[in-house]
Parts: sequence; structure tokens; C-alpha cells
Amino acid sequence: MKDRIFRATLFLAAGLIVLLTAGIVYGLVSQSMDALTHFGPLHFITSPAWDSRSDDYGALSFIAGTLLTAVLALAFCIPFSFSASLFNGEYFRGRKIATVVGSIVDLLAGVPSIVFGLWGFYTLRPLLAGAGGQGFGILLASIVLAIMIIPYASSLSAEFIAMTPSELKEGAYSLGATRMEVVRYVSLPVAGSGILASYMLAFGRALGETMAVTMLIGNTNNLPHGLTDTGNTMASIIANQFGEAGGLKLSSLMAIGLLLFLLTATINFLSKYILKCVTLSKS
Amino acid sequence: MEDTVKYILELKNVSVSYSPGKQAVDNVSAGIQPHTVTAIMGPSGCGKSTLLRAVNRLHELYRDIRTTGEILLKGESVFRMNPMQVRRLAGMVFQRPNPFPTMSVYGNVLAGYKLNNISLSQAEKDGIVERSLRSVNLWDEVKDSLNKKGTFLSGGQQQRLCIARTLALKPELLLMDEPTSALDPISTARIEELILELKKQVTILIVTHNMSQAARISDQSMFMYLGELVEFGPTKQMFTKPRDKRTEDYLTGAFG
Repeated sequence: MKDRIFRATLFLAAGLIVLLTAGIVYGLVSQSMDALTHFGPLHFITSPAWDSRSDDYGALSFIAGTLLTAVLALAFCIPFSFSASLFNGEYFRGRKIATVVGSIVDLLAGVPSIVFGLWGFYTLRPLLAGAGGQGFGILLASIVLAIMIIPYASSLSAEFIAMTPSELKEGAYSLGATRMEVVRYVSLPVAGSGILASYMLAFGRALGETMAVTMLIGNTNNLPHGLTDTGNTMASIIANQFGEAGGLKLSSLMAIGLLLFLLTATINFLSKYILKCVTLSKS
Repeated sequence: MEDTVKYILELKNVSVSYSPGKQAVDNVSAGIQPHTVTAIMGPSGCGKSTLLRAVNRLHELYRDIRTTGEILLKGESVFRMNPMQVRRLAGMVFQRPNPFPTMSVYGNVLAGYKLNNISLSQAEKDGIVERSLRSVNLWDEVKDSLNKKGTFLSGGQQQRLCIARTLALKPELLLMDEPTSALDPISTARIEELILELKKQVTILIVTHNMSQAARISDQSMFMYLGELVEFGPTKQMFTKPRDKRTEDYLTGAFG
């Protein structure tokens, strides 16, 4: 009897979570309908307009801002996260120094977004401002984003690099390979899909990051044309304007929220799927 | 000088320890003549694989493992040679077939060249692949699937592929660490035949804990026990008239 009550409770809880997710999606869809039907979904996505006076809204500037900052952040983070994952996963694997470096990298993941924003605003921005302007913009936001996603990319990659079977590495060494050749031709190719998946997870995280980006990107509703341009991401425009919006503008923000949700969900799903394939083939 | 040249491999007082004070291989000395098959026998944990891995300096990949003594390959100390050079001269085949999963059959045979950044012309590559696969009697079985992943082959084929991969680098010595222990009897028989054929090209040192395998394929045998080389001599003599009581007990199945 107790067992059945417990089972029923579990089912109820699980069901509630599914309902909750469905509710969020339904809320987003229903509230973005106004904007999507008024502008047409395709026009909404491809229009760079964001004008409260003429009530004309489009998502292109923010989609561009989001993709631009996330891709740049990924590019900036690779040299650091890649070396960190080789350091921890291969060269100093199992040594004390690797544990120390690993914990410090993981510590980055635990720093609240607002703290990164604050640091970027008062420490990094003045440095960039030296080159002219106030320092806000795509570049500043991307640099801080890059630091924020380093732990996501490096910890998981390090695990996959460390998982390379020692019999394969010994096989390569016994053919006269140096350590660098073993890493390049054996460990990295074998860990390849896992590494790809960890960078996709990091990318997904960069897409949705809000607080720090909102503080650093300059918050202008235009299509960015260069690194030093200011702009907005999908997340930052919502954070900026949700409180004062109503009617068609609010519905447009909802539609942007829906798009962002679909985008990050897809990236996450893909990376999880790759991870699942990798772990299945390993065992 | 003449004494050392007679042997392709000479072990002088070789000891290996995994941690200070614990000898896994204890003061082993032996000379191996070229174009022979030498079986290293003994119960699990007697140090036979450890001795084999000392020859191509594989222990140096791990911290805390110490090798002492002298190992001469063609009269030259392996410790004074570049380890990469040693490992190319003394190829190794492992207990479990370990073809590189990201490489094709073709790529696996050439892996040694790729790993050493040696560039070859297409004709040279094709020649090496065909010659190496033929020398392990695998060519006819895989010539139509050279671009498939090496891991799609059967266990026995994979092991022959790994032998081909090693032979492609033209080693003088082939170190085999229980190469058939993960294989079925038919694949095992094929590898054993192959070992007898390969004797013409290379000198073979094979670790086995299958006594009948040692009897079938080896010219001389080493019997190791608790890290010590108890007996070393012609296989026939060891199987018929062992000199040491421990060898006799092992061969008659008293332990092992």
C-alpha cells in the first residue's frame, strides 16, 4: 500500500513537471501570437525594426546580436578551455596540480552572472574604452561571455580526453609516437564527438546568458555591424524592456522569448544527443 | 663485442619496480638470438608482461615505475637511444586488439607513419599497406574494405591488423603480450601459424600463460616466477627435462 502511494506521488510529481513545461511553452506561444500574426513569422524574424512610435517590431537585430556574441564568445574561449582540458585531461591527469586547476576553472561556473557583469563594467570596459567610445558593445559582452563559458567547455572536454582508453594510447606510443602525436592523432579524434558536444553546451549557455550581457552590450536596438557596435541580444532586450512593454510590443518580446527558447532547446538537445551516443559507444 | 652482436636482444640484470622496494621483475639476464621465437611463461603476476614492457621502455609513460639494469638492442643500450626509435625497432602487440577506432583499415596499417609524421607518396602507402596485410595473411580478407573502420573486423582480424600495423614500420623485434588471450581457438591458431612465418622477418618475444602455445611455437622459453627468471633454455629441453623444481611444478600443473 505504502509502495503504491509512493509510486502515485512520484507519477504526480513527474506529471506536474511535464505540465509545467507545457504550460510555459503554451504561455509563450499564446502571448506571442499577436505579434506573429500581425507581422507574419518570417517578416518578424527578418525585420531589423524596433520602433515604439510606429509600433513596428522585428527580431533580426537581436537574433544577430545573440548569434554574434555567442559565436565570438565561443571563439575567444576555445584557446583557454582547450588548453585547460588538455592540461587536466591528459598532461597532468590525476596530479594534484590538475585538481587545483580543475577546481578553479569549475569555480568560474559558480560565479553569479551579475558579478561577471560588474567586473566587466568597471574593470574591462575602461580598458576597451581607451580605444575610443565608452567601451560598451558586442566585443565587451563577448569577452565576458567567453570567460563565463570556459568551465562548461573545458570540464566536460577534459573528461572525454581523459577517457581515451590507455590501450589505444599505449598502442600509439609503441609505434614510436611522441606525446603530442598521441594527443593529436589518437586522444583528440577519439574524444572528438564528446568535445564537440561540450562546446555546443557552452554555446547554448552563451546564447541564453542575460544579466552580464545586458550590463555590457550597450542596449541599442539596432543591427550591429562591427565588434565595437552596441546592440542587444534576445535575452538582453527582454530584460531591458519587459517592465514597460504592453500590447504589440509585449507580444513581440514574448515571441523573441519563444525563439530564444527554441534555439537553446535545440542546441541543448543536440549536444545531449551527441553525448548520449558517445557514452553509449564507450560502454 | 662479438658476444653482444650474437644476440639481437640482451637483458643484463634487468629489474623493474612499481613502487620503491617492490620488485616486479628481479635481476633478469638473458640473450635472445635473431630469428627465434622466445616464449615468456609463468603464472599471473610473475612479471612477464612487465619484463616485456621494459624492453620498449613503455614503463616510462608512467611515473613511479623504475627500470634498472641494461637492455641491449642490436648491441646498443635502449636507454641511450631515443625512446621513439626503440619503439619503432621493437614493435609491440597487445593482449587485446587495439586498432585505432577513428582510422580505417588502411589508416591503421599506416598509423605508425602518420604518428611519426613521415610523409609517403600514394604509391608507397599502397605498397606498404598491401605488403603488411599480406604478411599477416589479412589482405585477401580485407582488400575490398580497406576504407572501413578497423574496429568492424572480427577480433582475430583486428589482432592481425595490429600485427600488420607494427610490421609496417619494419621492426627488428616483435614484442607480443599474450596476443591470443582474447581470441577464439581458430583465430588463435591463425596467429600461431603467423608467428612461425614471421620468424623469417623478425625476432619474436611472446608472453603467454598458455603452456601448450609456448610448446607449439617457441624455440626457447623463459619461466618466470615472482619476478625472477627461474629457467631459460630451449623449449624442448624445458618441457622434457626442466632443471628447476618450480618449472617442473608449473609445467605439470601444480600451480599457475
